[in-house]
Amino acid sequence: MPRPRQRLSVPSVSSDPKARVSITVNGEQVEREVSVRLLLSDFLRHELRLTGTHVGCEHGVCGACTVLIDGKAGRSCLTFAVQASGHEIRTIESLADEDGTLHPIQEAFQDCHALQCGYCTPGMIMNIVGLFESGEELDLTDEGIRLALSGNLCRCTGYQNIVAAVRKAADAMQAG
Amino acid sequence: MATRAFGSRIKRTIDPTLLRGEGAFVDDIPLANPLHAAFVRSPYARARITSIDVAAARAHPGVVAVYTGEDIGILDREMPLLIPHPSMTDARTQRPLAKDDVYYVGQTVVMVVAVDRYTAEDAAALVEVEYDARPVSIDIEDAVKPGAALVHDTHPGNVAAYFVQVSGKPDDVIPQAEHVTKIKVRVERSTAAPMECRAVAAQFDPVTGELTVWDGTQAPISVRGGLASIFGLDEDKVRVIAPDVGGGFGQKVLLFYPDELLVPMAAMQLGRPVKYIEDRRENFIGSSQERTQVHSIELYAKKTGEVIALRDSFLHDTGAFIPYGIAVAQVASTSIAGPYRIPNIWVEFTAVYTPTVPVTPYRGCGRPQSCFAIERAMDQLAEELGLDRFEVRRRNLIGIDQFPWTREGLLFADGLRVSLDSGQYQKALDLVTEKLAPADFAAEQRAALAEGRYLGLGLAFYVEGTGLGPYEGGHIKVHPITGKVYVNTGLTGQGQGHETVFGQIVADQLGVAVEDVILVEGDTRAFDWGVATFASRAAVVSGNAIHKAALLVRKQIIHAAANMLEASEDDIELRDGAAWIKGTGRKAPLAAIATATNPLRYAFNEAAKAATQFAPASRHDGPPLDEGQHPGLEATDYYSPACATWAYGVHGAIVEVDPDLCAVKIRKYVCIHDCGNMINPTIVEGQVLGGIAQGLGGAMYERIEYDPEGNPLNANFVDFLVPYATEVPHVEVLHLETPSPLNPLGVKGVGEAGCIAVGAVIASGIEDALAPLGAGKFRQTPITPSMIHAALEPH
Repeated sequence: MPRPRQRLSVPSVSSDPKARVSITVNGEQVEREVSVRLLLSDFLRHELRLTGTHVGCEHGVCGACTVLIDGKAGRSCLTFAVQASGHEIRTIESLADEDGTLHPIQEAFQDCHALQCGYCTPGMIMNIVGLFESGEELDLTDEGIRLALSGNLCRCTGYQNIVAAVRKAADAMQAG
Repeated sequence: MATRAFGSRIKRTIDPTLLRGEGAFVDDIPLANPLHAAFVRSPYARARITSIDVAAARAHPGVVAVYTGEDIGILDREMPLLIPHPSMTDARTQRPLAKDDVYYVGQTVVMVVAVDRYTAEDAAALVEVEYDARPVSIDIEDAVKPGAALVHDTHPGNVAAYFVQVSGKPDDVIPQAEHVTKIKVRVERSTAAPMECRAVAAQFDPVTGELTVWDGTQAPISVRGGLASIFGLDEDKVRVIAPDVGGGFGQKVLLFYPDELLVPMAAMQLGRPVKYIEDRRENFIGSSQERTQVHSIELYAKKTGEVIALRDSFLHDTGAFIPYGIAVAQVASTSIAGPYRIPNIWVEFTAVYTPTVPVTPYRGCGRPQSCFAIERAMDQLAEELGLDRFEVRRRNLIGIDQFPWTREGLLFADGLRVSLDSGQYQKALDLVTEKLAPADFAAEQRAALAEGRYLGLGLAFYVEGTGLGPYEGGHIKVHPITGKVYVNTGLTGQGQGHETVFGQIVADQLGVAVEDVILVEGDTRAFDWGVATFASRAAVVSGNAIHKAALLVRKQIIHAAANMLEASEDDIELRDGAAWIKGTGRKAPLAAIATATNPLRYAFNEAAKAATQFAPASRHDGPPLDEGQHPGLEATDYYSPACATWAYGVHGAIVEVDPDLCAVKIRKYVCIHDCGNMINPTIVEGQVLGGIAQGLGGAMYERIEYDPEGNPLNANFVDFLVPYATEVPHVEVLHLETPSPLNPLGVKGVGEAGCIAVGAVIASGIEDALAPLGAGKFRQTPITPSMIHAALEPH
């Protein structure tokens, strides 16, 4: 087959107005010129190549895109990058040690088989990290954990092993 | 000998990568300067396109190309009918971009490619399409009535397929029945709703002429075959990679979705990588769905409750097209007698076109519907004969000594016989009886009733034909440098833990740690013989193929090690990544054996020194490799099942219904299941628990709703109610392990099992709870609060 004829002139930028953002991501300050309507999720994923934050619904319901915004769990699919300017963002990539050693929550997820496809997992874990770091007393009954997870959809696991993982992580972290 | 990996609760080897956020899903693959596609979709369920104006979209800044059906050359055609069957006449499939007519809300009409998705969507909104709307009949029962609006003018009555299957001699036996139970049941439409929507990216290399497609598909090899065929490319020049995929559940096994053809086309034409990342609304209106069936089932029984014949007639909604043939309806029809002997069966179905999203298999694939029909009918039979629900089932279950139980005359979705191969159905019933303690529960139920609380017990059996052919392969190679074992198969995973369970199979045979078995699948470059991941078949079909290949490599290792260690083959054992002379400390590491079996010229390391052609031990009396011998430790083998292997199980639940709020609380949920020998019980439980959660969605929450004009009303996660952690109860899972006699590993599939029985269990439980109030019957899922309210109305 001959080579397909390819278009010679292909535009490379949109006409969106741009703004400068300065965001602290996983402890590092980054500055970028971005479209004013760029979502924080797309900023993290495609500008910074932090693709651990996933996008499941783009309307703030499934929780897959959850990151910590100034320490609190937030939906990066409902936040514009410009809104995050001047704020501190933490993503799933910040949790494990540099040598790859898992954070206790990540470890508990593996121990309890609390993930299958792994797509909802980073958002689920960042939600839990936010909760653990909030200083609030945690209700570690089944009901309490399920309530804490009720902003994150998972289609694979049926949640039971995630409940177990949260409890195990809480125990491990309290034991220090 | 170290502990056997097969059967152990080994932690998943893929997890650390996924947990660190290092998974690579399609939209995570770094591409150089990719362009993004967005679609203009039909806002009408049925209409004629009168004009399309793309001028404004083409002129929009940042837009690279706009394609209508006129602009896509060889792709302007109906897409393939994947599974032909004589029961269909002129089966209709979709065009990548609609031409002249649209058949459902969401059908792709125009594709826009732009510098980013934001711009592509802006431009899509600038496309002007004029439609001449046509009348529609949305509901399946209306669609088959005389005078109903037609989806395709070519198909009167909207009949896409009609098929009858008969086993035994129902006509002869039916007159002997002493009792007949007839009910009608309906299961509503749902959707797989994987957390990652579908995604496809493509890149064309003009130098090598190679097209690379990253596709969140369950069937990369089939996609490769289709792309090569449709584009007229050599298969060798098309590489399809299914990277990490965020759940599939059947929705990602259809080929082709329009984007899977149009994105590669655009990448070839535009000379830039192009990607299409489906959004959630598009997943609801553009990707396959399943479930709507209406069954009229009749059980012909003796007074004892023994069912001697069954008749079932059902309507199956196939949506606007029937690209996957009759598979879903065929699975439903051949599973209709469940775990019961019922030796005489007459089952017919009509597959019906409706102007809605096309229907292809979603986890369960017709089984939840037929399970709902037979199990609701068994409950009704028990009630009419004054028998206990457990007892009526006990009298009909296939006995442990009656296997294989073949339903002569029925053909499964693989075109092969329906033969239930093994099981302990009575024991499963005993276990669920023990767990639910129905006698104690009856007392509890009475006591609760006295306090004005309504408790009910739900019960349902299921069977699942799993491990369908035609075949899969396994390729194993021991790497000479690291000694690690590389395994390839033609499947791809969406979270099932293939790397771990296939690793367990290989680890036992080759005496290596599971983490030293590296699975590479989902890439046509890695292994390109095979079919796809569907029908609960990976462990059975690829598992056994890999097992067979591992036996071959084991033999090679033992042979080579015996030579190297100057020992008899019988004295060699494989463990801890080495071959040992039994009872001694003498060993040869796998890496060294792999190196030694490969005649070398260059001595790149210590092991290689001994394997060079100049080494003292090497042969000098002929070619370094004998005729027919291949270098290294490597083998490929295949497994092709003679028919499906049948898993089964029984679920039981205790529910409490609040008749004022019409709310249902699941107090207890027990699942007894049997998928033959378990490779990894933890992973099996994960599959079962996840399936039950999806089943519960279908039982109580999930229903794709259309208004009378065919507009989807709940195409988002706010209104379509996928259960959260707060809706799913704790489930107790108990295992039985009856090996399958059909394959070397004795395994059966488990992927779909969990979801099958849940609707029937919940309906059975709610009906039991509300019986004292004289409530109506529950013969439709999902059971919503409004349905409970309606059932409690005086009738």
